[in-house]
Amino acid sequence: MSDRLQHGVTSHVPVLRLGEVLLVTLQGDLHDSDAQQLQQDICEAVANSGVTGVVIDISGVEIVDSFLGRVLAEIAANASLLAARTVVAGMRPAVAITLVELGLTLPGLRTALTTEAAMELLTHHDPAAGRGRLSQELG
Amino acid sequence: MPSSTAVEASLPIQSEMDLAWVRQHVRQAAAQLGFGLVAQTKLVTAASELARNTLVHGGGGRMESAAVTRGQAHGLRLVFSDEGPGIADLDRALTDGYTSGGGLGMGLGGARRLVHEFAVDSTPGSGTKVTVVCWVTPPPRPYGGL
Repeated sequence: MSDRLQHGVTSHVPVLRLGEVLLVTLQGDLHDSDAQQLQQDICEAVANSGVTGVVIDISGVEIVDSFLGRVLAEIAANASLLAARTVVAGMRPAVAITLVELGLTLPGLRTALTTEAAMELLTHHDPAAGRGRLSQELG
Repeated sequence: MPSSTAVEASLPIQSEMDLAWVRQHVRQAAAQLGFGLVAQTKLVTAASELARNTLVHGGGGRMESAAVTRGQAHGLRLVFSDEGPGIADLDRALTDGYTSGGGLGMGLGGARRLVHEFAVDSTPGSGTKVTVVCWVTPPPRPYGGL
């Protein structure tokens, strides 16, 4: 029950809808303009589809610099204003070490070790924020 | 000793596409010189920050990379240069959270923390040169030094 959102998605990043969650998978080296386009695309997708969660899988991302870090934090803030929660999944240990040394601890960003754990976090825990119907559809 | 052909380069920084080339080159050069995964990641991240500064604040420029040795130690030196407006207040530019662009203000100060040696040469009006060095294994510190 996943379908690719066709409308408004123009960056080179796949955005899939899985029930009440948008799954965004970042791969390789993302150009700055692609990252900014993705931010807009996710906002529009959240607003149009009414999903309650966004999972951003960055397990395929080799580096997160301050630009991409800011984009991730802003996506989470945007989604929050649009009534959806964001979880960043699969950060590589070397990326985590580098971000801390860079001074970018992104305290507002919720993380999970895997996409699966991120889905679990969005669908099973904190049912108040998940509007309660997530676990029925996905569980 | 690794061949220097894959390490030494002079790359233009004129577009976003060039930022991607810089990252890719630094990754390959660092791997070639024997940097571990975490060190590679730090170096590529620092290069990405500095190359973006060159592009956004310096109006474009170049990155030169070269293998360097000091005694038994060997490492990678990256030089980012532009002919932009320069940095008027260097201390301020290195302070976390200070930004003259639209970023987080972590670029210069953050990049400094990711490398072993860091030097900025900037004159207002005549451009900026940032030189960073990372050692595969850091050279021993002078006895009694920091």
